[in-house]
Amino acid sequence: MSQISTLLPIIAALPFVGALLPGLMIRAGRNVAASSAALITFLALVMLLVEAPAVMRGEVLRADIEWMPILGLNVSFMLDGLGFLFALMILGIGLLVILYARFYLSRKDPMGQFFTYLLLFQGAMLGIVLSNNVLLLLIFWELTSLSSFLLIGYWKHLPAGRQGARMALAVTGMGGLAMIGGMLILGDIAGSYDLDVILSQGEAIKASPMYLPALLLILLGAFTKSAQFPFHFWLPHAMAAPTPVSAYLHSATMVKAGIFIMARFWPVLAGTDAWFYIVATTGLITMILGALIALFKDDLKALLAFSTVSQLGLITMLLGFGSPLAAVAAVFHIINHVVFKAALFMSAGIVDHALHTRDIKRLGGLAAFMPITATIATITALSMAGIPFLNGFLSKEMMLQEASEVVWMGNAWLVPVLATIGALLSVAYSLRYIMHVFAGKKRNDYPAEPHDPGFGLWAAPALLAVLVVLIGIFPKFFVDALVAVSAGAVVGGELPYYSIKLWHGFNAALYMSTIAVVAGAIFLSQQRWMAKLWDATPRPEAKDLFDSLIAAFVRLAAWASGGLHNGAISRYLAIFIVITVGLGFISFTGGTNVAGTRELLPIPFVAAVAWVLLVVASIAIVTHHRARFTALVLLGIIGIAVSLGFVYLSAPDLAMTQISVEVVTIMLLLLALNFLPKKSPVESGNLRRLRDGLIALTAGGGIAALAYAFMIRDFSTISEFHLANSYIGGGGTNVVNVILVDFRGYDTFGEIIVLGIAGLLIFALMEALLAGKASQRLATWADDGNLSRDRHPMMMVVVTRVMMPIAIMVGVFIFLRGHNQPGGGFIAGLVVAIALLMQYMASGFAWAQERQRVEYHSMIGMGVLVAALTGAGAWLAGRPFLTSAFGYVELPYLEKFELATAALFDLGVFLTVVGAVMLALYSFSRLARRAGEVANVDPMDFDPSLDTRPAPEDT
Amino acid sequence: MELLVASAIGVLTAAGVYLILRLRAFPVILGTAMLSYAVNVFLFSAGRLTINAPPILQKGVETYADPLPQALVLTAIVISFGMTAVVVMIALGAFLETGDDAIDIPEEDK
Repeated sequence: MSQISTLLPIIAALPFVGALLPGLMIRAGRNVAASSAALITFLALVMLLVEAPAVMRGEVLRADIEWMPILGLNVSFMLDGLGFLFALMILGIGLLVILYARFYLSRKDPMGQFFTYLLLFQGAMLGIVLSNNVLLLLIFWELTSLSSFLLIGYWKHLPAGRQGARMALAVTGMGGLAMIGGMLILGDIAGSYDLDVILSQGEAIKASPMYLPALLLILLGAFTKSAQFPFHFWLPHAMAAPTPVSAYLHSATMVKAGIFIMARFWPVLAGTDAWFYIVATTGLITMILGALIALFKDDLKALLAFSTVSQLGLITMLLGFGSPLAAVAAVFHIINHVVFKAALFMSAGIVDHALHTRDIKRLGGLAAFMPITATIATITALSMAGIPFLNGFLSKEMMLQEASEVVWMGNAWLVPVLATIGALLSVAYSLRYIMHVFAGKKRNDYPAEPHDPGFGLWAAPALLAVLVVLIGIFPKFFVDALVAVSAGAVVGGELPYYSIKLWHGFNAALYMSTIAVVAGAIFLSQQRWMAKLWDATPRPEAKDLFDSLIAAFVRLAAWASGGLHNGAISRYLAIFIVITVGLGFISFTGGTNVAGTRELLPIPFVAAVAWVLLVVASIAIVTHHRARFTALVLLGIIGIAVSLGFVYLSAPDLAMTQISVEVVTIMLLLLALNFLPKKSPVESGNLRRLRDGLIALTAGGGIAALAYAFMIRDFSTISEFHLANSYIGGGGTNVVNVILVDFRGYDTFGEIIVLGIAGLLIFALMEALLAGKASQRLATWADDGNLSRDRHPMMMVVVTRVMMPIAIMVGVFIFLRGHNQPGGGFIAGLVVAIALLMQYMASGFAWAQERQRVEYHSMIGMGVLVAALTGAGAWLAGRPFLTSAFGYVELPYLEKFELATAALFDLGVFLTVVGAVMLALYSFSRLARRAGEVANVDPMDFDPSLDTRPAPEDT
Repeated sequence: MELLVASAIGVLTAAGVYLILRLRAFPVILGTAMLSYAVNVFLFSAGRLTINAPPILQKGVETYADPLPQALVLTAIVISFGMTAVVVMIALGAFLETGDDAIDIPEEDK
């Protein structure tokens, strides 16, 4: 009986898309913003009602969009009776709340923001009730926690609002985490994350050993959301929100989400002992406790908040009973509670709005001043009390009837008595809302002049009050079908016979109800002295407990992060290295090894010399690192030894890269060292040096052992593919270069971007330094005077200038042959950069800069652009990004030669490398200029061609 | 030969680690440079060692050195230059701003 509905995804998406509207429309005024929010909600509601006839016939509507099928995560929606009921409440009450909020919020409140948050929340709630995939449901569930945080904390200037929002987020977010675990277990048992599949596996789930953990985790999520004991404490604190938010979140939506989960999963979770004792008992305790606290609260909204806790407890208890008839009662009470509670919150908001106080002690006798509000409040509060001819009476009777038949641990009277007490207390607090606020003597010390509000503010609650009466008198006509179809969806099968009507004859429920009403009224008359007693009784304050718990977590986090991250980088690095080595050791000893079979290479004499050079230089760096120039020279030796190693071990490209990078790195460090202390002071004691030495030796030994271990073993590699396809597919014989520009062109593309960013970053840092404190320090820089007086030696100037064209030609040559012989864009770029750098060094900064025509920034940009355009060119041929093409061209008088798009890509690499390297070194030179280095006009300090000496005198 | 390369990696790593645990910016930069050598050679050696067989295709030649680690190391060398340059600039900036090139946050600033 399932049918495809294309409207479902649109209904679910509409509030999210529409959430943008009020935020934008607020510029056109508050009415436009509110109307846009209302329009979105109204549209969604209309679409929902279009689907109503099918749902009422008992059909299940579905819509599936594949998202990540491999993970079992699909955007799939389902609309059955239960989902329809909740969607109707979310959208219907949503519409009324938007109307109410338009007139409730003051001019100072950013209304566009409010409606944006409200629509986001509405979308998240709709998502929960329409999801047919539990993973999707969980996403929406978390979204409700987040968007309700924004709504509860809407009045950001109020500390209570912020704290309430944080508490709600912490509690419901934590519950959400638990629920993720529970849902995953359910999905695991059922073998699918699709809700309809899970719901059909009731027997398997209840029989599974994982049933209890799943149940507990899901209930944790539902109880925290629905404010069930002992997680009820967040709800009253969330009352710091504006009243429209409370009316929405705490009647129709947020807190009902937990109820929805329990109802939705009723077929697969309910009916066991565990379910009964956990859910029904929690509901019972919550019902009584909430009602008791509500009776003694003096804040109007706090009273309603705890009454909500109590009513939610009632619904939870009914679901916990696990019988189909109790489920019917639960669904019916969900409807009734939404209707009267939303109206009650709105009436409390009206009182607050008019009198600027919610303190019951300062109210009373308002009926004469605010007849409309008083009428609405009286009708709805009486409904909450369960008085006949109002809707609350009907479901409360059903609840009492069900409770009267429940046996708890072999005890047949416990639940009926407690349920009656719960009903009694709710009569008491409902009547208190009427008697202590609206009835009684008029007072003359109200904080503000009491008056009925304009139509806009009372329209919504009045409509709900009318519904309360209509449902109460004509239940068959108004709700019978809706209750039947949604309760049918909860139970997941046929419902036993029942009848919603006013008069059931003299049954247990009627007696209990009568006792409750009479005793409740008596109870209320004694409220004042009991309140004194209540206030005098010491009891744990949930907020203090919560705050101290959070504070303890904060201290724990501060202790852990403060202990590990105390501002000493050397400490983090030491911890990091030790742990890394430790993990390596554990995994090494934990695995199995086969002996190495690879034939080892002989050690020629030259290699041994290079090795000795490297080892001696490394040790010397460690012992002499304080003398920084010496250390730099030693670093150069190591670089050369490494390059030699690459030459010997069949890696010509690497050798060329390493040696040219070595040159620019050393130049860079020399430039930097100019402005750094030339010596490091002795700071660490012997013990610390010993510790660091041990760490270093362990790390070095570990990595050497690892390297040796894999070098003596053979392996299979994907390089065979590269070797086989380099020429056929990439058109080049230098496989390394073909990999760079073709097979792994995307990597290279990313890398040149990183390099370009590094160059620009250095430039930006330099600019910032020159604008700041460092600039003054540089301006007053005093070098140690131990410098050469001949800054631009003639020899060097001449040699570098002669070499310049040769060096550039070598660069071009290396670039061009790169595809087939060692070389390519990276190496060519470095070579050309070195050639340019030499001009700067020999002839001076100003002289060289004057002759620099292309900006280095634009060179980086051009390089990346050329590479990107080359890659994008492949799209024109209908190929993926960076697919290369090549062909052979024959020109007269020339040998046949190859043209490949890869060469163009390599040009991009070349340009970026030159730009980035030059920009980095240029930036360092700028610092030197600031430090007072005089810009030279001539290339040489002394030009021998200009003979300025006086001619020798004739003898 | 394998033993030489492995021990060289080890020595470079040990020296690099010791230097990055020093308390001044300059030795730390030297240390990262040493570690870059070590890591590059380590990655390179993952392709196993071969002599007289550069990955330049030639007619009639069947064995070549593994080209893939070489390609990866090539870009790594260039990138490590960029990284060193940025770190040097930061260190220089820190020294010029504060007049001190200690890398740990001083006690009073924590």
